[in-house]
Order: sequence, then structure tokens, then C-alpha cells
Amino acid sequence: MASPPPAWSRRRAVIVHVLGAASVLAVAITVWLGLWVTPPDQHLRDEVRLVYVHPPIAWVALYLAFGLGALSSVLWLWTRTRSAAWDRLAAASMEVGTVFTALTLVTGSIWGRATWGVWWAWDARLTSTALLLVLQLGYLAVRRVPSDRDARARRSAVVALVAAVDVPIVHFSVDWWTTLHQGGTVTNPNLSPTIHGSMAWTLLLGFVAFTLLFAWLLVVRYRLVTLAEWREDTELAEALHERWAEGGPVAERRAAVPTATTATAAPGALAGARPAGPPAGS
Amino acid sequence: MWRDGVLVAGKDLRIELRSRVVLHQVVPVAVLMLVLFAFALGPATAPMVAAAPGLFWVAVLFTGVLAVQRSAALEGGDGGRDGLRLSGLDPAGVFLGKAAAVAVQLLVLEAVLSAGVVLFYGAHVRSPGALVVASVTGTAGLAAAGTLYGALAAGLRVRETLLPLLFLPVAAPVLVAGTKVWQSALGAAGAGSGDPWLRLLVVFAVVYLAVGVVIFGPLQEAP
Amino acid sequence: MAPAVLLRAAVCVTGRFPALAGVDLAVDPGETVVLEGPNGAGKTTLLRLCAGLLALSGGEALVLGCDLGAGDRSSLRRRVGMLGHHAGLYDDLTVAENVRFALRAAGRSAAEGDDAMTRLELVGRLRRTAVGRLSAGQRRRVALAVLVARRPELWLLDEPHAGLDRAGRAVLGAAVAEAAAGGATVLLASHEPEEAVPLADRVVSLAGGRVTAVRARRAADAPARGGAHVA
Repeated sequence: MASPPPAWSRRRAVIVHVLGAASVLAVAITVWLGLWVTPPDQHLRDEVRLVYVHPPIAWVALYLAFGLGALSSVLWLWTRTRSAAWDRLAAASMEVGTVFTALTLVTGSIWGRATWGVWWAWDARLTSTALLLVLQLGYLAVRRVPSDRDARARRSAVVALVAAVDVPIVHFSVDWWTTLHQGGTVTNPNLSPTIHGSMAWTLLLGFVAFTLLFAWLLVVRYRLVTLAEWREDTELAEALHERWAEGGPVAERRAAVPTATTATAAPGALAGARPAGPPAGS
Repeated sequence: MWRDGVLVAGKDLRIELRSRVVLHQVVPVAVLMLVLFAFALGPATAPMVAAAPGLFWVAVLFTGVLAVQRSAALEGGDGGRDGLRLSGLDPAGVFLGKAAAVAVQLLVLEAVLSAGVVLFYGAHVRSPGALVVASVTGTAGLAAAGTLYGALAAGLRVRETLLPLLFLPVAAPVLVAGTKVWQSALGAAGAGSGDPWLRLLVVFAVVYLAVGVVIFGPLQEAP
Repeated sequence: MAPAVLLRAAVCVTGRFPALAGVDLAVDPGETVVLEGPNGAGKTTLLRLCAGLLALSGGEALVLGCDLGAGDRSSLRRRVGMLGHHAGLYDDLTVAENVRFALRAAGRSAAEGDDAMTRLELVGRLRRTAVGRLSAGQRRRVALAVLVARRPELWLLDEPHAGLDRAGRAVLGAAVAEAAAGGATVLLASHEPEEAVPLADRVVSLAGGRVTAVRARRAADAPARGGAHVA
């Protein structure tokens, strides 16, 4: 009775698996290079090793994941480009992005601990990232509210849009906030080490590796969203059948609509209507 | 749009005048917050005076959430929202009207809070003009963002917990900027000029009013 | 003449639930149709769909020339008047203030509201009473006054008789008859056939989200509308 779930073609499944393997491998290599192969920085010594991991993760979290989530939300909101795919993409991207944001905070905190000796400091980047995390958690909370697909997509898209507008404002205000702070600061603005040679390659690999990891997680999460929606639709089809059973026998359709004017509305007037659900009168 | 906005703002404010919920419930909470802060920081006045600007804006933010909740609740549950959609009012006008009503109520709250801060914490105000400008612009932005989220969360059973979670992070820049303006207005040491922060508040208000006007209509389509 | 309301296999999903599971209905302009059926049959959903409040999940729906599947429902809503379970009134404002607000929102003058309130016997001190203090029946009358004053092309009434006393029902019946005489199309959902059917041209039975039967009002049902109504 139920239609089978949308399946991946064999080729696509292989590509996704390869992507997954490649990303994990790339991350592993980055870690290996970062921890053992590259030399320590003159000023920052071993702590610099986090530069191969923290900035790439931060970049993915903010620009890639959040940016993609916000962009697809806007595309969904704009009626001309509206499509359920954008909503699914936004949901998947924001959720994976939240994980990356949390990782940004963790790696940033570790770096801070290694460099300044404290687990947390109110510097511009950490603070903005913390706020970004809360904004993303808000998005996830709104997505969890039970409602029909359209309402949920609408609400989440608005939250994503407002959050996207807020992020640059937060960034600026927090930035000013910390640079104007005087006296007793723990932050060291000279945190960017000079990168050269093998370090540069490792950093580049780090960016590539985490981007691949994000892409793989995004694809898998998107698939999960698609499957979840398919299941909702299947349940809906079953609910429809139950609903019909509720009603008992239905009179023959044509004869059941007597009217002085036979339905003269031109079929063209209803052009563009979506296809009906499972056939009636089963 | 403007006509509908005036109509809705008038309606919301008239309801407030009749029911006096903000006056009798939210304002006391604001005063209570100041007292609680004093318990947390005092009894010596020095830490309180130093923290006064920030405390003021934190109190504004939290009582702002209450004011926005009330504004959204005015429209009732499902039936109320249907009513607004069926009324023929322009959604952008509804947004501006409700935001304006919330802004007026927030300004009243802020007047009370500033009087309280000056009174309770012994703060000395050097340039009240800057404070007023900061209040007006900050309030406009808060009211806009709050009304938007209030409508989003309206009718949801989890509204009470969802609204703070959504609204407060978005309101954070207003807290940062407003505090800085107050610090410079109170002549706190090392505060620097408040001007760039005032500009930030204006940008925030303009941006969120614009976003609200554009997005409020499409948002209402979620039944 | 194009139908005022035309639904073909209309499906409407609220939350995860298919409230309307394939409705076929055609209503001529100026016709009064009574919807009857058990609780949960989908009457309220059908009315809300026709008001443009809900999105169409499947099938076709054309209301007052507006294609509900196409997207822009806001222009439809101005031409439709709905009396639902919730009156959509503001408890803290008086009757007069509520009516005035609703009319100005719809772009009408306040004077028409005064006229409607008088006709529905909302006069004197009642007008200055806060809506929150009124009984459910009185609140329904206020909402009805707004509807009467707005004079929409399509009236959607969801169990309007519930909770009304005899006088209230008479007033309602008169208002509906008058609207229909004025050319408005009326869709009325009701659990009380004795009250509703006399007003109807046709009676449509709804169950399980679909139309199960349609019949014209029989002579045996009750006197034709416009006939003797309780004074």
C-alpha cells in the first residue's frame, strides 16, 4: 500500500560513502600533521597546533553551515523560489552547523586554556560564537514544535532570517565592546601566528578536511530529513484511509453535486492545482 | 499600512489603559528586579553604581519579554489570530502598530527604571540627552524584534519558554550598546564616547523595523 | 454564472491530520447551504478553508473566484465574513469599541456599525459594556453585528446557534435571511437542524472529511426561510 521510500541510486550511495571516508581520512591526516609533523611556533609553541583545527571549524560553522542555512531559508521564504528542498536544506544545515558551532567553542576554549590559562575569556570571537550557538539552538527549538510542514518551515525560516540579520550586528557590537575595554585584559590580539611552509599546507588541508566533513554530514542529514518527511507522508496516507473509513459509504461523486449551474468554472481556472492525494472512493 | 498601524496601536494602547496589566504587573517586576540586583551586588553602593548601566538594560530586556508576551497574548489563541487575519488589516500595518504600542509601554518602563536606578544606586547622570536618545532607539529595535518573535510564537503552547530563547540573543546588541551609552552618560571612568553606540542602536532599530514590515505578512500565513 | 464556492477532491491537512479528505462541493452565489455532520467531520476546517485561513493540501478549490491552491488568499479574506468558535473580540474593550475597530479595520465607516448594533438589539448600556463581561450568546451577537455591518459576499458561520437563547436565535435567523436576500452566499455548519435547515436551500452532510450526502431542503423540513420567524 505504501510507496517505497525514495532510494539512493547505487552510484549516489557510493559517492556519499566515498565522501564520508575521504573527509574522515582528511581530518585524521590533519590531526596527525598538526600534532606531530609540523613544527611548533616560536612564540606560541605547541599551542599553535590548534590553528589547524579551530579556524577551519569556525569557518565552517559560521560561513558555511549558518550561511547556507540562512540562504536556503530566504530562498524558501521568497515565493518565487519556494521549494520544500530549501526547507530541508536549511534544517539539515543549521543542525549540523550547531554541532560545528559547539565544536568551535570547545576548541576555542581549549586554545584559550593553553594560551592564557583560562577556560573562557570574553574576547570578541568566543562571545560572538557563544551567541551564535544560542541563536542556532533557538532555531532547533522552533523546528521541534509540532505543526504542519508549511507552518514549521515558515517559522524556522523567519527565525533563521532574523538570526542571520543579527549575527553581523552582534559581531560588530561585541568587537567594539572588547577593543574598547581597558585594563586587566586577558586577551592577546596577537593571536595569529605567522604561518609558513608545512604549517600553511596543513592549515589548508584542515580547511578542506572540515569542509568535506561538513558536506558529508550535511548530505546524510538531508537524507534523514527527506526520509522523515516521506514517513510523515506515508502516515498521512494511512490517516486518510482511516478518515474515509470513518465517513462510511460516499454517494457517487457526480450525482452528489447537484447545482443549477453545472460546474462551469473552466478547468483552466484551476490550472496549476496540486495533484490530489491517494485516489478517493477506494 | 500607516493607517492600519495607527489603528492597531490605538487599539493595543486602549486595551492597556483599560486593563492596566503592564502598569500593575510588569512595572512592579521591573522595580523588583532592581531590588534583587541590589541584594546580589550590595549593600555597598560602589559595585551597584558601576553596574548600574548594565543592570538597567538587563531589566529592560527581561521586562521587555513580558511586555511582548502580553502584546502577543492580546490577540488570543487560535480564534484571535484568525480574527486578525480576517480583519482586512495590512499585516505590515499590524506589525508597526503592535510594535509601536509595545515601544510606548517599554518607554514607560524605562522611565520608571531610570528613576529607580538613579534613586537606588545613587548614579549621577551627566548627559540625559544621550540617555533619552538611547532609550528611544533601543526601544524601537527591541519592540520591533520582540513583536516579530511574539507573533511567531503566538498560539504555540511553548510560547512562554520559546520567546525568551528567541528574543534575548537577538536583543543582546542593544544590551551592549545601551550599556555603553549609559556608561558614558554617567561619566564612568574609561567609558569612551557613546556616539558609535548610538549609531549602532539606530541601525539595529532600522534593520529590525524593516525586516518586520517585510516578513510579518508571510509569517502570519502559518495557521 | 460561476459558482461562489467550488471544491473538487479538496484535501486539507491540519498538523498531521487530514481534516478534509477529498471534498466535492459546489455552491451557487446567493445560495444558503447548511453543513451537517458529526463532531470531527471537518465542518470547521471546511469553513476555515473557504475563509482562506488554511492552505490546500490537495485537490482544487475555488472560492469567489480565488484559486486557493495558487497562494494569495489575503484578498479573499476581505470579501469573506466568518463567525467562528472564537469571536475574535477584545475582552477589555466595550462592544461599541470592538465593533468600531473591526469596521475601521475593514475600511467601513463606524456609522454602519451603529446601525448593525441597533438591529441586533445591542443598545444602551450594553454598548458600553466590556466584551469580557458579556455572556457567550451576547458575544456572538457582537460578532454578528460586525459581520452584518461588513456585508461580505460570503458568510461562513460555524455553529452559530450554539449557546444562543430563543431571542438570539431569532435575531440570527433574521440576519442570515436578510444577508441571503441581499445576495450573499451563506455556508452554515450546525448541529441543530431545526434551527439551521429552515434557512437553507440545500443541506450537505459531511463525515470523515468527505461529503456523504447532499439534499435539497424538503417541504417537510420546515417553513421556507423568509416565512414566519419567531418575533
